[in-house]
Amino acid sequence: MQLNGGQALIKALEMEGVEVMFGLPGGAILPVYDPIIDSPIRHILVRHEQGAGHMAEGFAHATGRPGVCMVTSGPAATNVVTPLCDAFMDSVPMVCITGQVPFAAIGTDAFQECDTVGITRSVTKHNELITQAQDIPLVVRQAFHLATTGRPGPVLIDVPKDIVDPMNPRSAMEWYWPSDDDVAASLPGYRPTTKGHPKMIRQAADLIVQARRPVIYAGGGILKARAAEALRELAELCDIPVVTTLMARGAFPDDHRLCLGMPGMHGNYTAVTSMQQSDLLIALGSRFDDRVTGKVDGFAPDAKVIHVDVDPAELGKVRRPDVPIVGDCRLVIEELVTAVRTLLDGGVAFPDRSAWKQTISGWQENYPLTYQQSEPGEALKPQFVLERLRDSTPDDTIVAAGVGQHQMWTSQYWRFNHPYSWVNSGGLGTMGFAVPAAIGAKVGRPDRTVWAVDGDGCFQMTAQELVTATAERIPVKVAILNNAYLGMVRQWQEMFYDERYSEVYLSPDLPDYKLWAEAMGCVGMRVESPEEVDAAIQKANEIDDRPVVIDFRTDSREKVYPMVPAGKSNDDIIVDPAHGEGGR
Amino acid sequence: MGSSSLPGADFRHHTLVVLVENKAGVLARVSGLFARRGYNIYSLAVAPTDDERFSRITIVVDVESASLEQITKQLFKLVNVVKISELDPRESVERELMLATVRADAAGRSQVVELVRLFDGRIVDVGHDELTVSLDGEPGRLDDLEELLRPYGIVELQRTGRVALPKLEHLAPNLRPVRRTA
Repeated sequence: MQLNGGQALIKALEMEGVEVMFGLPGGAILPVYDPIIDSPIRHILVRHEQGAGHMAEGFAHATGRPGVCMVTSGPAATNVVTPLCDAFMDSVPMVCITGQVPFAAIGTDAFQECDTVGITRSVTKHNELITQAQDIPLVVRQAFHLATTGRPGPVLIDVPKDIVDPMNPRSAMEWYWPSDDDVAASLPGYRPTTKGHPKMIRQAADLIVQARRPVIYAGGGILKARAAEALRELAELCDIPVVTTLMARGAFPDDHRLCLGMPGMHGNYTAVTSMQQSDLLIALGSRFDDRVTGKVDGFAPDAKVIHVDVDPAELGKVRRPDVPIVGDCRLVIEELVTAVRTLLDGGVAFPDRSAWKQTISGWQENYPLTYQQSEPGEALKPQFVLERLRDSTPDDTIVAAGVGQHQMWTSQYWRFNHPYSWVNSGGLGTMGFAVPAAIGAKVGRPDRTVWAVDGDGCFQMTAQELVTATAERIPVKVAILNNAYLGMVRQWQEMFYDERYSEVYLSPDLPDYKLWAEAMGCVGMRVESPEEVDAAIQKANEIDDRPVVIDFRTDSREKVYPMVPAGKSNDDIIVDPAHGEGGR
Repeated sequence: MGSSSLPGADFRHHTLVVLVENKAGVLARVSGLFARRGYNIYSLAVAPTDDERFSRITIVVDVESASLEQITKQLFKLVNVVKISELDPRESVERELMLATVRADAAGRSQVVELVRLFDGRIVDVGHDELTVSLDGEPGRLDDLEELLRPYGIVELQRTGRVALPKLEHLAPNLRPVRRTA
């Protein structure tokens, strides 16, 4: 079958099972947009290419399937660099297609030319400039294979215009669909290890049955490997408490008796301190990020470490593991469960861990998350808004967040009882992530209620995508925790820069968020007092034909606690002043 | 031979032989990775192998800038990297080529020629006041000649960066120690 390159590209996406893509056309990618008219693939027309990238990420976070975005060359390609980097840092499977000037014009500084492959090399798992139309099916299959296997990540395909333009003879190709073997043979350097080494598994099981103060340190890899069930089995079998990192919220249910919640710079006291004092850390798909470890030298000093990751480079990158296991988290955890069972069946018993359990429940009792409720007439507390939102929405609501205080409060105060219900930018910390990511998540899971919790600073970065949401009838809901500041920066300036507030004030009513939302076709609301909160949330939950934005005017003085100051050891955790003298 | 105080022979330098797909942009991926992660390259040589699908990149890395293990693991994550071998200088043969144009007027010329001859190098070009000499061999020997030529005045100098292969077994098969299999 003779096709042109543009037809082949869209057909290849269809063959890969793509049902939806996010994008915005332009000169170089024009010929690929023509066959979209005849394709069953739903294309969502964004207002800015960054939105397309974050929507693809949100889609991938919520569904586990690769998100797809397509944009043109030059400025469009540079606009997706941020989402690509975000997806790279958080191992989000994503395929991004960029237009490129005709092959013969590459290197001539042609109109809307940029070195897309060069620019995105360090923010993608892999990228490829296709040089001839005949290669399109193979490169697309390679891209999806790379994006979704091993450690997932973004893959970019750069497509010169001449090989997709039916007017150009270079676009002619004979259709074929490569087999799995063809794809494997075409990638001789790519063989991810999935199965854990049996000897290492046995060693890990030995450590687990001997540990007196074990903690499971679950990371985003659990979700990527679809290992939530396996994790639960391991935790319950061994009766070991679990901390879930920012990227792993929901990977282990918050309402489970063994769940300790989030560790790290703004983790809760129990999660942070239990890791510090543990004698065995079982790191599953986590990467000892600086926001989790604090000062590395002082991190969990007495703990032996079992580290499971599909990416061998993570083992020993930050902390030397006692038992390194390269492999897919789900497969390795299942093997661990079997190995521990074998030991138990052979008569081995866990040591008495009752003292450890008591210590942990003591911390939980003494240092719960806390905040001061506002006095009548005072501004709303953001934590109160989140508690009400959490309690007034379905248990399986998908929550997306931007980056900053509101993100930390959401992660702290929400109860994530289901995997794939938390969508956020962890590694890169991309402000403006929430609105487009929530839209992508809602497109992927139209059956779920999707709330974006956003800050006022973040909202102003990508709010225009609500126009996309209205036009495409994607009814996401946005709660802006509007404290009129770049709140996290303000918090650091207050705590570490002598309250010298430099360039952090944004104003509560410029822009007018309600009017802005309405101008974008959303329902806009403003909430200023605690009594209005429930009614506004209820009204928002009832609207299902368009996006809703609620501008919650919150207290700008509120800070995120607990906090481990940057560069300090996790032992120096500062809890809410309500617990006593500004510290523990 | 080969002993030198110059960094070329230093133990903080290790040689990685990286087999990569022979494709556009692969060298940029490798060098970009070193730049991005703050690893230092001491020297680098690239050429196609006998199999035209692959190229071999010989990189001498500064292992004080990062652990060799991390460098190797990060390199191996590049999709186009097929195989990486680390060569211990004691277990490998290393070669490098140097071309140097040296000042050599009537008075000094014979001394330069003599030096080059002592090193088994060659004079590859002769000018009125200059000579271009070439020497290939172990990187340490190149360092030595370079130092000895310096007082005469080095006008231009180029070295290729080293290439290396593992040493072969010295002993006849029947004399080799029996390898235990795990």
